[in-house]
Amino acid sequence: MKKSFFILLLSVCLVNLANAQKFFTKAGRIDFNATAPSSPETIQAVNRTVTCVLDVANGNMQFAVLIKGFTFERALMQEHFNENYMESDKFPKAEFKGVVSNNATVNYTKNGTYAVTVKGKLTIHGQTNDVEASGKIVVQDGSVNATASFSVLLTDYKVDIPSLVADKVNKAAKIEVACNLEPLKS
Amino acid sequence: MHKQLFAFLFLLLFSTGIQAQDDLLSLLGEEKPKKERIKYAFKSPRVINSHAMEFLNPGTMDFRILHRFGTLDQGYKNFFGLDQASMRMSFDFGILHNLMVGVGRSTFKKEVDAFIKYAPIRQSTGPWSSPVTLAFVSGITVDGLPWSDPARKNYFTSRLAFYHQAILGRKFNESFTLQLMPTVVHKNLVQAANDPNDIFAMGVGGRLKLSKRTALTWDYTHVLVGMPASGFYNPLSIGLDIETGGHVFQLHVTNSIGMNERAFITETTGQWGKGQIRFGFNLSRTFQLKKTKIN
Repeated sequence: MKKSFFILLLSVCLVNLANAQKFFTKAGRIDFNATAPSSPETIQAVNRTVTCVLDVANGNMQFAVLIKGFTFERALMQEHFNENYMESDKFPKAEFKGVVSNNATVNYTKNGTYAVTVKGKLTIHGQTNDVEASGKIVVQDGSVNATASFSVLLTDYKVDIPSLVADKVNKAAKIEVACNLEPLKS
Repeated sequence: MHKQLFAFLFLLLFSTGIQAQDDLLSLLGEEKPKKERIKYAFKSPRVINSHAMEFLNPGTMDFRILHRFGTLDQGYKNFFGLDQASMRMSFDFGILHNLMVGVGRSTFKKEVDAFIKYAPIRQSTGPWSSPVTLAFVSGITVDGLPWSDPARKNYFTSRLAFYHQAILGRKFNESFTLQLMPTVVHKNLVQAANDPNDIFAMGVGGRLKLSKRTALTWDYTHVLVGMPASGFYNPLSIGLDIETGGHVFQLHVTNSIGMNERAFITETTGQWGKGQIRFGFNLSRTFQLKKTKIN
Protein backbone atom coordinates (compact mmCIF):
# COMPACT_ATOMS: atom_id res chain seq x y z
CA MET A 1 0.00 0.00 0.00
CA LYS A 2 2.81 2.32 0.90
CA LYS A 3 4.47 1.53 -2.36
CA SER A 4 1.43 2.34 -4.44
CA PHE A 5 1.02 5.64 -2.63
CA PHE A 6 4.60 6.44 -3.48
CA ILE A 7 4.01 5.62 -7.11
CA LEU A 8 0.93 7.81 -7.18
CA LEU A 9 2.88 10.67 -5.67
CA LEU A 10 5.66 10.17 -8.15
CA SER A 11 3.30 10.14 -11.07
CA VAL A 12 1.59 13.34 -9.89
CA CYS A 13 5.01 14.95 -9.63
CA LEU A 14 5.85 13.73 -13.10
CA VAL A 15 2.67 15.20 -14.54
CA ASN A 16 3.46 18.54 -12.94
CA LEU A 17 6.97 18.40 -14.23
CA ALA A 18 5.73 17.64 -17.71
CA ASN A 19 3.41 20.64 -17.57
CA ALA A 20 6.14 22.92 -16.34
CA GLN A 21 8.02 22.03 -19.49
CA LYS A 22 5.52 23.87 -21.63
CA PHE A 23 5.53 27.55 -22.39
CA PHE A 24 2.77 29.65 -23.90
CA THR A 25 1.48 33.07 -24.82
CA LYS A 26 -1.80 34.55 -26.02
CA ALA A 27 -0.28 37.90 -26.90
CA GLY A 28 2.38 37.04 -29.44
CA ARG A 29 3.04 39.32 -32.36
CA ILE A 30 3.10 38.65 -36.09
CA ASP A 31 4.12 41.30 -38.59
CA PHE A 32 3.20 40.81 -42.18
CA ASN A 33 4.51 42.73 -45.17
CA ALA A 34 3.55 42.15 -48.79
CA THR A 35 4.65 45.44 -50.32
CA ALA A 36 5.87 45.13 -53.87
CA PRO A 37 9.11 47.01 -54.65
CA SER A 38 7.26 49.35 -57.03
CA SER A 39 4.29 49.97 -54.74
CA PRO A 40 3.58 53.56 -53.68
CA GLU A 41 1.91 52.40 -50.47
CA THR A 42 3.13 49.91 -47.91
CA ILE A 43 1.02 46.83 -47.49
CA GLN A 44 1.72 45.68 -43.99
CA ALA A 45 -0.20 44.64 -40.92
CA VAL A 46 0.30 43.53 -37.37
CA ASN A 47 -1.46 41.02 -35.13
CA ARG A 48 -0.82 41.20 -31.40
CA THR A 49 -3.04 38.36 -30.28
CA VAL A 50 -1.07 35.39 -31.51
CA THR A 51 -1.42 32.19 -29.50
CA CYS A 52 1.61 29.93 -29.19
CA VAL A 53 2.49 26.85 -27.13
CA LEU A 54 5.97 25.34 -26.96
CA ASP A 55 6.77 21.98 -25.43
CA VAL A 56 10.42 22.22 -24.46
CA ALA A 57 10.69 18.48 -23.80
CA ASN A 58 10.51 17.66 -27.50
CA GLY A 59 10.54 21.05 -29.23
CA ASN A 60 6.96 20.74 -30.48
CA MET A 61 5.49 24.12 -31.28
CA GLN A 62 2.05 25.34 -32.30
CA PHE A 63 0.70 28.70 -33.35
CA ALA A 64 -2.84 29.92 -33.96
CA VAL A 65 -3.77 33.37 -35.23
CA LEU A 66 -7.08 34.99 -36.12
CA ILE A 67 -6.99 36.57 -39.57
CA LYS A 68 -9.43 39.28 -38.49
CA GLY A 69 -6.93 40.27 -35.81
CA PHE A 70 -4.58 41.82 -38.35
CA THR A 71 -4.59 45.62 -38.20
CA PHE A 72 -3.61 47.75 -41.19
CA GLU A 73 -2.83 51.44 -41.34
CA ARG A 74 -5.62 51.88 -43.85
CA ALA A 75 -9.04 50.50 -43.07
CA LEU A 76 -9.78 49.87 -46.74
CA MET A 77 -6.70 47.69 -47.06
CA GLN A 78 -7.86 45.73 -44.04
CA GLU A 79 -11.28 45.32 -45.63
CA HIS A 80 -9.77 44.00 -48.85
CA PHE A 81 -7.40 41.72 -46.91
CA ASN A 82 -10.35 40.11 -45.12
CA GLU A 83 -12.92 40.21 -47.91
CA ASN A 84 -10.99 39.61 -51.10
CA TYR A 85 -7.70 37.95 -50.30
CA MET A 86 -7.89 35.94 -47.07
CA GLU A 87 -11.67 35.36 -47.01
CA SER A 88 -11.57 35.48 -43.24
CA ASP A 89 -15.24 34.49 -42.83
CA LYS A 90 -14.51 31.21 -44.59
CA PHE A 91 -11.00 30.71 -43.17
CA PRO A 92 -10.92 32.54 -39.83
CA LYS A 93 -7.66 31.06 -38.54
CA ALA A 94 -4.10 30.46 -39.66
CA GLU A 95 -2.24 27.68 -37.87
CA PHE A 96 1.24 26.31 -37.60
CA LYS A 97 2.19 22.92 -36.22
CA GLY A 98 5.86 22.16 -36.13
CA VAL A 99 8.95 21.35 -34.21
CA VAL A 100 12.20 23.05 -33.24
CA SER A 101 14.48 20.73 -35.17
CA ASN A 102 17.56 21.44 -33.09
CA ASN A 103 15.69 21.48 -29.79
CA ALA A 104 18.39 19.46 -28.05
CA THR A 105 20.86 22.32 -28.38
CA VAL A 106 18.62 24.71 -26.44
CA ASN A 107 19.02 24.72 -22.65
CA TYR A 108 15.74 26.11 -21.37
CA THR A 109 17.00 26.31 -17.81
CA LYS A 110 20.00 28.49 -18.57
CA ASN A 111 19.91 32.10 -19.70
CA GLY A 112 21.22 32.56 -23.20
CA THR A 113 20.52 33.08 -26.88
CA TYR A 114 20.10 30.06 -29.12
CA ALA A 115 19.81 29.95 -32.91
CA VAL A 116 17.08 27.53 -33.93
CA THR A 117 15.39 26.13 -37.00
CA VAL A 118 11.67 25.42 -36.97
CA LYS A 119 10.02 23.06 -39.42
CA GLY A 120 6.38 22.26 -39.79
CA LYS A 121 3.08 22.70 -41.52
CA LEU A 122 1.56 26.12 -42.03
CA THR A 123 -2.14 26.46 -42.82
CA ILE A 124 -3.37 29.74 -44.28
CA HIS A 125 -6.52 30.35 -46.33
CA GLY A 126 -7.38 26.65 -46.00
CA GLN A 127 -4.13 25.56 -47.68
CA THR A 128 -1.40 23.65 -45.86
CA ASN A 129 2.26 23.75 -46.83
CA ASP A 130 5.58 22.72 -45.33
CA VAL A 131 7.61 25.66 -44.13
CA GLU A 132 11.00 26.06 -42.56
CA ALA A 133 12.14 29.15 -40.70
CA SER A 134 15.27 30.12 -38.88
CA GLY A 135 14.83 31.99 -35.63
CA LYS A 136 16.13 32.71 -32.24
CA ILE A 137 15.22 31.55 -28.75
CA VAL A 138 16.27 33.75 -25.86
CA VAL A 139 15.97 32.21 -22.40
CA GLN A 140 15.81 34.84 -19.71
CA ASP A 141 15.05 34.04 -16.07
CA GLY A 142 12.51 31.35 -16.74
CA SER A 143 10.74 32.95 -19.69
CA VAL A 144 11.34 32.13 -23.32
CA ASN A 145 11.43 34.69 -26.10
CA ALA A 146 11.03 33.18 -29.54
CA THR A 147 11.44 35.12 -32.79
CA ALA A 148 11.54 33.98 -36.39
CA SER A 149 11.13 35.39 -39.85
CA PHE A 150 10.33 33.72 -43.13
CA SER A 151 8.39 34.41 -46.27
CA VAL A 152 5.51 32.64 -47.96
CA LEU A 153 4.44 32.64 -51.58
CA LEU A 154 0.83 33.85 -51.89
CA THR A 155 0.16 31.37 -54.69
CA ASP A 156 1.06 28.50 -52.34
CA TYR A 157 -1.96 29.46 -50.27
CA LYS A 158 -4.27 30.18 -53.22
CA VAL A 159 -4.41 33.91 -52.50
CA ASP A 160 -5.19 35.50 -55.86
CA ILE A 161 -3.73 38.89 -56.72
CA PRO A 162 -5.65 40.57 -59.56
CA SER A 163 -3.46 42.11 -62.26
CA LEU A 164 -4.80 45.55 -61.33
CA VAL A 165 -2.88 45.54 -58.06
CA ALA A 166 -0.01 43.27 -59.12
CA ASP A 167 2.40 46.20 -58.97
CA LYS A 168 1.43 46.85 -55.35
CA VAL A 169 1.07 43.44 -53.76
CA ASN A 170 4.21 41.34 -53.70
CA LYS A 171 4.10 37.71 -54.76
CA ALA A 172 5.76 36.75 -51.49
CA ALA A 173 4.80 38.02 -48.05
CA LYS A 174 7.42 38.46 -45.38
CA ILE A 175 6.30 37.22 -41.98
CA GLU A 176 7.95 38.04 -38.68
CA VAL A 177 6.98 36.26 -35.49
CA ALA A 178 7.81 37.39 -31.96
CA CYS A 179 6.47 35.63 -28.87
CA ASN A 180 7.26 36.13 -25.21
CA LEU A 181 6.42 32.77 -23.70
CA GLU A 182 5.60 32.16 -20.07
CA PRO A 183 5.59 28.80 -18.26
CA LEU A 184 2.26 27.04 -18.62
CA LYS A 185 0.85 26.06 -15.23
CA SER A 186 -1.73 23.34 -15.08
CA MET B 1 -1.77 -5.76 -7.37
CA HIS B 2 0.89 -3.11 -7.11
CA LYS B 3 2.24 -4.03 -10.47
CA GLN B 4 -1.17 -3.58 -12.00
CA LEU B 5 -1.63 -0.21 -10.36
CA PHE B 6 1.75 0.89 -11.52
CA ALA B 7 1.04 -0.20 -15.06
CA PHE B 8 -2.30 1.63 -14.97
CA LEU B 9 -0.70 4.83 -13.71
CA PHE B 10 2.06 4.57 -16.25
CA LEU B 11 -0.48 4.13 -19.01
CA LEU B 12 -2.45 7.11 -17.76
CA LEU B 13 0.67 9.24 -17.68
CA PHE B 14 1.79 8.08 -21.07
CA SER B 15 -1.56 8.67 -22.68
CA THR B 16 -1.89 12.24 -21.36
CA GLY B 17 1.63 12.84 -22.61
CA ILE B 18 0.65 11.73 -26.10
CA GLN B 19 -2.51 13.78 -26.08
CA ALA B 20 -0.63 16.90 -25.07
CA GLN B 21 1.86 16.45 -27.86
CA ASP B 22 -0.87 16.03 -30.40
CA ASP B 23 -2.60 19.32 -29.73
CA LEU B 24 -0.65 21.73 -27.62
CA LEU B 25 -3.09 24.57 -28.23
CA SER B 26 -5.89 22.65 -26.52
CA LEU B 27 -3.91 22.95 -23.29
CA LEU B 28 -4.86 26.60 -23.19
CA GLY B 29 -8.52 25.68 -22.94
CA GLU B 30 -11.49 26.74 -25.01
CA GLU B 31 -11.55 30.34 -26.01
CA LYS B 32 -14.53 32.30 -24.81
CA PRO B 33 -16.71 33.40 -27.73
CA LYS B 34 -16.45 37.13 -28.22
CA LYS B 35 -18.92 39.61 -29.58
CA GLU B 36 -17.91 40.45 -33.11
CA ARG B 37 -19.43 42.99 -35.46
CA ILE B 38 -20.59 41.84 -38.86
CA LYS B 39 -18.83 44.06 -41.34
CA TYR B 40 -18.90 44.75 -45.04
CA ALA B 41 -22.64 44.35 -45.61
CA PHE B 42 -22.21 46.72 -48.56
CA LYS B 43 -19.11 47.86 -50.40
CA SER B 44 -20.01 51.47 -49.71
CA PRO B 45 -22.23 53.35 -47.24
CA ARG B 46 -24.87 53.92 -49.92
CA VAL B 47 -26.89 51.21 -51.65
CA ILE B 48 -27.30 53.34 -54.79
CA ASN B 49 -29.34 56.39 -53.84
CA SER B 50 -30.34 55.32 -50.35
CA HIS B 51 -28.23 55.19 -47.23
CA ALA B 52 -27.00 51.68 -46.47
CA MET B 53 -26.67 49.85 -43.15
CA GLU B 54 -22.89 49.94 -43.68
CA PHE B 55 -20.73 52.68 -42.18
CA LEU B 56 -17.46 54.26 -43.16
CA ASN B 57 -14.51 53.15 -41.07
CA PRO B 58 -13.55 55.69 -38.41
CA GLY B 59 -10.93 58.12 -39.66
CA THR B 60 -11.83 57.74 -43.32
CA MET B 61 -13.39 60.13 -45.79
CA ASP B 62 -15.46 59.03 -48.74
CA PHE B 63 -15.33 61.42 -51.69
CA ARG B 64 -18.27 60.62 -53.93
CA ILE B 65 -18.96 61.86 -57.43
CA LEU B 66 -22.42 60.98 -58.67
CA HIS B 67 -23.72 61.32 -62.22
CA ARG B 68 -27.20 60.84 -63.63
CA PHE B 69 -27.55 61.16 -67.36
CA GLY B 70 -30.63 62.00 -69.41
CA THR B 71 -33.43 59.54 -70.03
CA LEU B 72 -32.80 56.65 -72.40
CA ASP B 73 -36.04 57.25 -74.33
CA GLN B 74 -34.58 60.35 -75.99
CA GLY B 75 -32.85 58.06 -78.41
CA TYR B 76 -29.91 58.92 -80.58
CA LYS B 77 -30.46 62.68 -80.81
CA ASN B 78 -29.27 63.01 -77.21
CA PHE B 79 -27.20 59.84 -77.41
CA PHE B 80 -29.64 58.00 -75.12
CA GLY B 81 -29.29 60.65 -72.47
CA LEU B 82 -25.52 60.72 -72.26
CA ASP B 83 -25.46 64.27 -73.67
CA GLN B 84 -26.97 65.54 -70.45
CA ALA B 85 -25.68 65.00 -66.97
CA SER B 86 -26.77 65.92 -63.50
CA MET B 87 -24.23 65.71 -60.71
CA ARG B 88 -23.80 65.48 -56.99
CA MET B 89 -20.48 65.72 -55.21
CA SER B 90 -20.16 64.83 -51.57
CA PHE B 91 -17.78 64.29 -48.71
CA ASP B 92 -18.71 61.74 -46.06
CA PHE B 93 -16.71 61.21 -42.90
CA GLY B 94 -16.52 58.17 -40.64
CA ILE B 95 -16.23 59.29 -37.02
CA LEU B 96 -16.98 56.16 -35.00
CA HIS B 97 -17.71 52.66 -36.21
CA ASN B 98 -21.40 53.55 -35.88
CA LEU B 99 -21.40 57.29 -36.53
CA MET B 100 -20.85 59.20 -39.75
CA VAL B 101 -21.71 62.58 -41.24
CA GLY B 102 -21.74 63.90 -44.77
CA VAL B 103 -22.33 66.95 -46.88
CA GLY B 104 -23.03 67.19 -50.59
CA ARG B 105 -24.23 69.44 -53.35
CA SER B 106 -26.33 68.58 -56.38
CA THR B 107 -26.67 70.45 -59.64
CA PHE B 108 -30.37 69.50 -59.60
CA LYS B 109 -32.04 72.53 -57.92
CA LYS B 110 -28.53 73.68 -56.88
CA GLU B 111 -29.30 71.88 -53.66
CA VAL B 112 -26.96 71.44 -50.70
CA ASP B 113 -27.60 68.54 -48.33
CA ALA B 114 -26.13 67.26 -45.10
CA PHE B 115 -26.82 64.28 -42.89
CA ILE B 116 -25.85 62.49 -39.72
CA LYS B 117 -26.13 58.73 -39.43
CA TYR B 118 -25.92 56.74 -36.23
CA ALA B 119 -26.44 53.08 -35.42
CA PRO B 120 -27.34 52.23 -31.81
CA ILE B 121 -27.33 48.54 -32.74
CA ARG B 122 -25.04 46.82 -35.21
CA GLN B 123 -25.37 43.27 -36.43
CA SER B 124 -22.95 40.99 -34.61
CA THR B 125 -22.19 37.45 -33.52
CA GLY B 126 -21.26 36.05 -30.12
CA PRO B 127 -22.77 36.81 -26.71
CA TRP B 128 -25.26 39.71 -26.53
CA SER B 129 -25.26 39.94 -30.29
CA SER B 130 -27.93 41.32 -32.56
CA PRO B 131 -29.11 39.68 -35.78
CA VAL B 132 -29.77 43.07 -37.39
CA THR B 133 -28.33 46.54 -37.65
CA LEU B 134 -30.57 49.42 -36.65
CA ALA B 135 -29.43 52.82 -37.84
CA PHE B 136 -30.99 56.27 -37.96
CA VAL B 137 -30.31 59.00 -40.46
CA SER B 138 -31.37 62.63 -40.23
CA GLY B 139 -30.73 65.05 -43.03
CA ILE B 140 -31.45 68.52 -44.29
CA THR B 141 -31.61 69.88 -47.84
CA VAL B 142 -31.34 73.51 -48.92
CA ASP B 143 -32.77 74.48 -52.29
CA GLY B 144 -30.45 76.94 -54.06
CA LEU B 145 -32.57 78.02 -57.03
CA PRO B 146 -33.63 81.68 -57.42
CA TRP B 147 -37.08 82.33 -55.98
CA SER B 148 -39.77 81.42 -58.45
CA ASP B 149 -41.79 84.46 -57.42
CA PRO B 150 -39.40 87.18 -56.22
CA ALA B 151 -42.24 89.68 -55.93
CA ARG B 152 -43.71 88.09 -52.82
CA LYS B 153 -42.06 87.84 -49.42
CA ASN B 154 -39.76 84.82 -49.41
CA TYR B 155 -38.30 83.20 -46.32
CA PHE B 156 -35.01 81.29 -46.15
CA THR B 157 -36.79 78.50 -44.29
CA SER B 158 -38.87 77.93 -47.41
CA ARG B 159 -35.77 76.48 -49.03
CA LEU B 160 -35.43 73.77 -46.39
CA ALA B 161 -36.57 70.20 -46.32
CA PHE B 162 -35.78 67.52 -43.77
CA TYR B 163 -35.72 63.76 -43.78
CA HIS B 164 -35.56 61.16 -41.07
CA GLN B 165 -34.94 57.53 -41.79
CA ALA B 166 -34.54 54.29 -39.90
CA ILE B 167 -32.51 51.51 -41.48
CA LEU B 168 -33.17 47.96 -40.39
CA GLY B 169 -30.77 45.69 -42.19
CA ARG B 170 -29.21 42.28 -42.09
CA LYS B 171 -26.28 40.70 -43.88
CA PHE B 172 -27.75 37.23 -44.26
CA ASN B 173 -24.57 35.67 -45.53
CA GLU B 174 -21.37 36.48 -47.34
CA SER B 175 -23.21 37.56 -50.47
CA PHE B 176 -26.76 38.60 -49.56
CA THR B 177 -27.79 41.72 -47.66
CA LEU B 178 -31.27 43.20 -47.32
CA GLN B 179 -32.53 46.31 -45.56
CA LEU B 180 -35.76 48.21 -44.95
CA MET B 181 -35.87 51.97 -44.65
CA PRO B 182 -39.03 53.60 -43.26
CA THR B 183 -38.63 57.29 -44.08
CA VAL B 184 -40.37 60.57 -43.53
CA VAL B 185 -39.60 63.65 -45.62
CA HIS B 186 -40.82 67.08 -44.54
CA LYS B 187 -40.82 69.96 -46.99
CA ASN B 188 -41.28 73.43 -45.56
CA LEU B 189 -42.65 74.75 -48.83
CA VAL B 190 -44.52 72.73 -51.42
CA GLN B 191 -45.44 73.58 -54.99
CA ALA B 192 -49.20 73.42 -54.87
CA ALA B 193 -51.55 74.31 -52.05
CA ASN B 194 -52.88 70.75 -51.99
CA ASP B 195 -49.49 69.08 -51.87
CA PRO B 196 -48.77 67.59 -48.46
CA ASN B 197 -45.71 68.78 -46.53
CA ASP B 198 -45.03 65.38 -45.00
CA ILE B 199 -44.32 62.33 -47.09
CA PHE B 200 -44.13 58.87 -45.57
CA ALA B 201 -42.31 56.18 -47.49
CA MET B 202 -40.87 52.69 -47.12
CA GLY B 203 -37.64 51.79 -48.84
CA VAL B 204 -36.06 48.44 -49.51
CA GLY B 205 -32.46 47.95 -50.59
CA GLY B 206 -30.21 45.01 -51.09
CA ARG B 207 -27.05 43.51 -52.38
CA LEU B 208 -26.18 40.22 -54.00
CA LYS B 209 -22.48 39.62 -54.47
CA LEU B 210 -21.67 38.19 -57.88
CA SER B 211 -17.96 37.73 -57.23
CA LYS B 212 -15.42 38.96 -54.72
CA ARG B 213 -15.31 42.39 -56.32
CA THR B 214 -18.68 42.81 -58.01
CA ALA B 215 -22.20 42.92 -56.65
CA LEU B 216 -25.74 43.44 -57.87
CA THR B 217 -27.51 46.17 -55.90
CA TRP B 218 -30.98 47.65 -55.89
CA ASP B 219 -33.00 50.15 -53.96
CA TYR B 220 -36.65 51.04 -54.23
CA THR B 221 -38.71 53.50 -52.23
CA HIS B 222 -42.48 53.29 -52.12
CA VAL B 223 -44.27 56.46 -51.10
CA LEU B 224 -47.09 55.36 -48.79
CA VAL B 225 -48.68 58.65 -47.84
CA GLY B 226 -48.39 62.09 -49.36
CA MET B 227 -47.24 61.56 -52.94
CA PRO B 228 -47.55 64.97 -54.65
CA ALA B 229 -50.39 65.16 -57.16
CA SER B 230 -49.68 63.64 -60.56
CA GLY B 231 -46.49 63.15 -62.51
CA PHE B 232 -44.39 61.69 -59.72
CA TYR B 233 -43.35 58.08 -59.34
CA ASN B 234 -41.58 55.77 -56.92
CA PRO B 235 -37.83 55.63 -57.45
CA LEU B 236 -36.26 52.31 -58.42
CA SER B 237 -32.56 51.87 -59.10
CA ILE B 238 -30.74 48.72 -60.12
CA GLY B 239 -26.99 48.67 -60.28
CA LEU B 240 -23.70 46.89 -60.39
CA ASP B 241 -20.97 47.62 -57.84
CA ILE B 242 -17.45 47.17 -59.09
CA GLU B 243 -14.60 47.48 -56.67
CA THR B 244 -11.16 48.27 -58.06
CA GLY B 245 -8.66 48.69 -55.26
CA GLY B 246 -9.20 52.22 -54.00
CA HIS B 247 -12.46 52.94 -55.85
CA VAL B 248 -15.97 51.61 -55.87
CA PHE B 249 -17.91 52.20 -59.07
CA GLN B 250 -21.65 51.93 -58.78
CA LEU B 251 -23.06 51.69 -62.29
CA HIS B 252 -26.82 51.66 -62.47
CA VAL B 253 -30.06 52.56 -64.16
CA THR B 254 -32.67 54.60 -62.32
CA ASN B 255 -35.83 56.55 -63.00
CA SER B 256 -34.76 59.29 -60.63
CA ILE B 257 -32.62 62.33 -61.30
CA GLY B 258 -32.39 63.45 -57.68
CA MET B 259 -29.52 62.28 -55.55
CA ASN B 260 -30.64 63.31 -52.10
CA GLU B 261 -33.58 61.94 -50.13
CA ARG B 262 -35.90 64.89 -50.73
CA ALA B 263 -35.24 64.82 -54.44
CA PHE B 264 -35.40 61.14 -55.24
CA ILE B 265 -38.21 60.18 -52.88
CA THR B 266 -40.58 63.05 -53.63
CA GLU B 267 -39.55 64.29 -57.07
CA THR B 268 -38.92 61.31 -59.29
CA THR B 269 -40.56 62.00 -62.62
CA GLY B 270 -39.40 59.06 -64.70
CA GLN B 271 -41.46 55.96 -65.41
CA TRP B 272 -39.69 52.65 -65.86
CA GLY B 273 -42.44 51.34 -68.11
CA LYS B 274 -42.03 54.20 -70.57
CA GLY B 275 -38.27 53.93 -70.78
CA GLN B 276 -37.80 57.15 -68.83
CA ILE B 277 -34.80 55.72 -67.10
CA ARG B 278 -31.29 57.04 -66.87
CA PHE B 279 -27.87 55.58 -66.83
CA GLY B 280 -25.93 56.76 -63.81
CA PHE B 281 -22.84 56.07 -61.83
CA ASN B 282 -21.54 56.76 -58.37
CA LEU B 283 -17.81 56.91 -57.97
CA SER B 284 -16.60 56.44 -54.42
CA ARG B 285 -13.00 57.05 -53.42
CA THR B 286 -12.04 56.47 -49.79
CA PHE B 287 -9.21 58.37 -48.15
CA GLN B 288 -7.64 57.43 -44.85
CA LEU B 289 -7.43 60.70 -42.92
CA LYS B 290 -6.23 59.16 -39.69
CA LYS B 291 -4.03 56.12 -40.05
CA THR B 292 -4.17 53.33 -37.52
CA LYS B 293 -0.88 52.90 -35.72
CA ILE B 294 0.57 49.49 -36.33
CA ASN B 295 4.04 49.86 -34.86
